[in-house]
Amino acid sequence: MTPQDLRAMANRIRRRDLQAVYEAGAGHIGGEMSVIDILTALYFDVLNVDPGNPLDPDRDRFVLSKGHTACALYVTLAEKGFIPKEEISTFLKPHSRLNGHPNRTKVPGVETNTGPLGHGLPVAVGMAAAAKLSNAAWQTYVVTGDGEMQEGSNWEAIMAAKQFKLDNLTLIIDHNRLQQGAKLAETNDIAPIAPKLEAFGWAVQEIDGHDMDQILKALSPETVVPGKPRGIIAHTHKGNGISFMSDNVAWHHKVPNAEQYKQAMAELEEAAQ
Amino acid sequence: MNAVTEAVKLHDCRDAFTATLEAMAADDPRIVAVCNDSVGSSKLNQFRDRFPDRLVNVGIAEQNMIGVSAGLANGGKIPFVCGAACFLTGRGLEQIKADIAYSDANVKLVGISAGMAYGELGPTHHSTEDFAWIRAIPNIAVVAPCDNIETAAAIAFAAEYTGPIFLRLSRVGVPQLLPDDHRFELGKADTLRNGSDVTIIANGVLTHRALDAAELLAARGIEARVLNMATVRPIDEAAIVSAAEETGAILTCEEHTTFGGLGSAVAEVVVDMAPVPMKRLGVPGIFPPTGSENFLLDEFGMSPDGIAEAAARLMQRKA
Ligand SMILES: Cc1ncc(C[n+]2csc(CCOP(=O)(O)OP(=O)(O)O)c2C)c(N)n1
Ligand SMILES: [Mg+2]
Repeated sequence: MTPQDLRAMANRIRRRDLQAVYEAGAGHIGGEMSVIDILTALYFDVLNVDPGNPLDPDRDRFVLSKGHTACALYVTLAEKGFIPKEEISTFLKPHSRLNGHPNRTKVPGVETNTGPLGHGLPVAVGMAAAAKLSNAAWQTYVVTGDGEMQEGSNWEAIMAAKQFKLDNLTLIIDHNRLQQGAKLAETNDIAPIAPKLEAFGWAVQEIDGHDMDQILKALSPETVVPGKPRGIIAHTHKGNGISFMSDNVAWHHKVPNAEQYKQAMAELEEAAQ
Repeated sequence: MNAVTEAVKLHDCRDAFTATLEAMAADDPRIVAVCNDSVGSSKLNQFRDRFPDRLVNVGIAEQNMIGVSAGLANGGKIPFVCGAACFLTGRGLEQIKADIAYSDANVKLVGISAGMAYGELGPTHHSTEDFAWIRAIPNIAVVAPCDNIETAAAIAFAAEYTGPIFLRLSRVGVPQLLPDDHRFELGKADTLRNGSDVTIIANGVLTHRALDAAELLAARGIEARVLNMATVRPIDEAAIVSAAEETGAILTCEEHTTFGGLGSAVAEVVVDMAPVPMKRLGVPGIFPPTGSENFLLDEFGMSPDGIAEAAARLMQRKA
């Protein structure tokens, strides 16, 4: 896919995500809008994964540690062909495979169950360590929220990744500066994040997490530094693409009413032109 | 009063919690609230506005939250730690054991949205192991109030009580069951309905369903005793033994796995002191499918009908 195609795909995923959250009456739309460009780049340019063989031992591994944005992952997996597109309309319905947080025992393409924050990165460290032990070429990618980085388990994993020289591991932090109830700056300000990762021996890049060209460049093999895990601080906007949601903490898990839905959809449709 | 059909005012027990906490904090400067980015979900907005210095928000860091609370208690404060019950108990469990219970720190743990209140958010967000986890730890009381009145009374009790306590609250609206002047007594069950054919023991949201079930049973000529057993530890042994001796069969209902919770605590007493037939209703040891709290409770046989049916079947096993 060309970067232009990827941008169109991200827009399509945004619209389907918005519709699913609206129809289900629940979801985490702010964090979904902020992570969708990253998910799109990963699934449609970077990851070596095959919907026809989701458990191929040589597949790249991807972990969405900020599991509350599951709906964005489900829509992306559907676009990629891991689950039927029609199934998105079952999101949160009784007995649906698609509950509020991704479940690997039910949804093909999901590698580990997330939802409690601060779990994905340690699991990803184990995946990358397994690849090293097997001399395998596959790569491990993990996306965390920035508020999520307040969990101590992440920093334990960050130290381990450097110790194990996991240059086959990429951590992307969705740095939208907002957590559930407030700004990080008003809660537990871990910014600036890049120097902290660098201090732990990681190779760090800072990018605009909504600029497809920058995302692709940061994820390209050329930016890997031998012996160092790779960290990408993606500067993003919670609710990105929808004016009244953007950078507004109220939209962490608020659901748009009919009028707001119409406006949001109109804005996304206009951006698709 | 408990007819299934009657429309009644529903209370979010979090409101009773924060109203009581604020009232106490106004009188007692030792009271502080501690949370994990959970100001909104714990309804602490007004507490924060009134007592900005006394809201300690550690961010998304539950282990730290529990440790910090132990330190605050050591420094003479009375911390009420408020967060989603699943993360507060699961993530902070070793801190709860070592820093709070074993160290006998005067910390009040308030698990919000416990049980399956988070419904469709799924098993990661359900708190259906917390009775078992915390009950297995010495020196910490475990309490699950059933309505707004009991919530307020238990919170007030917790502030006066010296020692560790875990309070388990829901977010789901419930009608008021107990009288306005109800006083909470730790380790004392309330008999909400008298009967001699069978006893139904429940707490939290399930107390309401148990009472509805008792009405259905009464229509079939079965008189069920209903005990609201808010305190899971220390358990009310006397009430359980009386129920066993006087009604000959005990059914428990809980918004928790059937492994190690209220039903298990009751069964321990029954087995040791007064063996009678028992049936334990709860989450049957599985990760629940997608669904709302009410959907899942019904699914697991805890609709009023399901509870009544289980009680009737249990009675057939009476000697
Ligand atoms: C261990 C744990 N504590 C608390 C929560 C509740 N929670 C869900 S999302 C969220 C905020 C996450 O913020 P951030 O990581 O910045 O994600 P984003 O802004 O991308 O939505 C919180 C506190 C949780 N899921 N897990
Ligand atoms: Mg964030």
